[in-house]
Amino acid sequence: MKPSRQVTMVATTLLMVCMLTSVWLLRQVDRMRGAATLQEVLYISSPAALKRLSLGYNGLLADIYWTRAVQYFGSKHFAGAQHYDLLAPLLEITTALDPRLTVAYEFGANFLAPPPPNGAGMPERAIQLTEFGIRNNPAEWRLYYDLGFIYYTELKDYSHAADAFARGSQVPNAHPFLRVMAAQMAQHGGELRMAQMMWSTTYQSTEDRNVRANAATHLRALQVEQDVSNLESLVADYRAKTGRLPASFTDLQSAGLLREIPVDPFGHTYKLTADGRVEVRTPDDFPFLTKGTPPGYVAPPPRFLPSD
Amino acid sequence: MSSRIPHIASNTFREAVRDRVLYNLIAFAVLMCGASILVGQISIGIERLVVINLGLTAVSLFGVVIAIFIGIGLVSKEIEKRTLYTVLSRPVQRWEFIVGKFLGLAGTLVVNTFFMAIGVFLALLYVSHRVQAADGWVLVALYFIVLQFLIITALALFFSSFSSPLLSAVFAFSLFVIGSFAEDLRGFAAMAQGVAHWFATGAAYLVPNFSSLNVIGSVAHGQGVAGALIFSETAYAIVYAAMALCGAVLIFERRNLK
Repeated sequence: MKPSRQVTMVATTLLMVCMLTSVWLLRQVDRMRGAATLQEVLYISSPAALKRLSLGYNGLLADIYWTRAVQYFGSKHFAGAQHYDLLAPLLEITTALDPRLTVAYEFGANFLAPPPPNGAGMPERAIQLTEFGIRNNPAEWRLYYDLGFIYYTELKDYSHAADAFARGSQVPNAHPFLRVMAAQMAQHGGELRMAQMMWSTTYQSTEDRNVRANAATHLRALQVEQDVSNLESLVADYRAKTGRLPASFTDLQSAGLLREIPVDPFGHTYKLTADGRVEVRTPDDFPFLTKGTPPGYVAPPPRFLPSD
Repeated sequence: MSSRIPHIASNTFREAVRDRVLYNLIAFAVLMCGASILVGQISIGIERLVVINLGLTAVSLFGVVIAIFIGIGLVSKEIEKRTLYTVLSRPVQRWEFIVGKFLGLAGTLVVNTFFMAIGVFLALLYVSHRVQAADGWVLVALYFIVLQFLIITALALFFSSFSSPLLSAVFAFSLFVIGSFAEDLRGFAAMAQGVAHWFATGAAYLVPNFSSLNVIGSVAHGQGVAGALIFSETAYAIVYAAMALCGAVLIFERRNLK
């Protein structure tokens, strides 16, 4: 074998070995340092300073910060975290770098507003973020919709929700439901119907697959809650009529109170308990369910939502 | 125009290609492919924005780096290799040499940008699955980036006409950074009083205004650029590059090359 060929072979082998060893060593270092200290650091917290440092390429920096916010929220959310300390600053930096990045307001507000573990439990910060978005993008009706949504779902503040929907309904090409929602809010009318209408609007008007899936999951939970309420009301009627609780839904049918055995959105029949309560058979399939779960039921950690 | 200038320009272009300058296109292609495929998986709703922002930022930064690092060596390398004396011993004027070098490097950057633009549009087609009317504004942003290259190339050439390559690179890059803050400099000038006001105003008008030539953020959101602005920016870039070239010619004409 020629000496030059020998050198080539040795150098190539050494190169491969060194490359693999460096990866292995880096993994060891990562394990020693721990992920938390690496994630919970915001090296530059001033949006103005970051804007200067970007040398005019703030659009790209905003995309990077938005991706970082998504990754931060995603990793915390799926770990069932109770604190999202960096989420609001990351979103504020993102939107300061690119105030027209509407996706950051729409999703960011929905990350911030719901209570943990579904969100950061910061509805006030979500409102601030959305108001900032509206100031910079007054023609985006979705931002008014998101604002009204937060006021309604997280704060039960009907007057501010009505005001947000009314403002949004005046934006050209706004979804016609905004006007209806503004009126409904003003009347404080039908909580369940209102919620169904809002999630239906979200489902119909979005083009994002994840948002559609989330809206579909909420709609399924609302459908179950409505079914459970109706069925428990029929059980109460049966008790008033016969003086005892029904043993099954067939008893309700025999009494002429029910036409057919109801099923949940996944096609499973509901369960009638001995004490007259109505429950779903697979509560894990219905995240966000507030009624119809077994006593003491603890929802599993959040997971990817089923597709619509 | 002298027929010698195109010859010098084409030689400069060939030299840049021989120096494997266009190899940066490979890095750019990898960057665009990676961004188009990965971003959809790790972020939400910004696939198209990232392709435009990342693509145009990369076109701009790659071009600026090439303009500076090739531009600063255009004169000094010729002196170092003693090829300048061969060129100037022929009936070639010194100003023709400078202008030819400028046009050669500008041409290299235009060709480089052309191929990168194809990459950006292919990546856009991949993430959007269709061509949109708003994509046309990306062409305007690319055109503005080329205008930036004209200015920075002329500046690199200007500095290399009297300074060492290292210092020329520092000067040119510093001016690029300061020029990116040109709008802020105007703001400071407006707030300052007395002599400081006049000094800051003078500095704000003297440094190249790169920030006004950066429309990446607005075209990424599909916002257009007015025709009058395109015309004014074109005129500004040509005038500024001509100013730097004149400076380079004036210094180079008087430079003792012995």
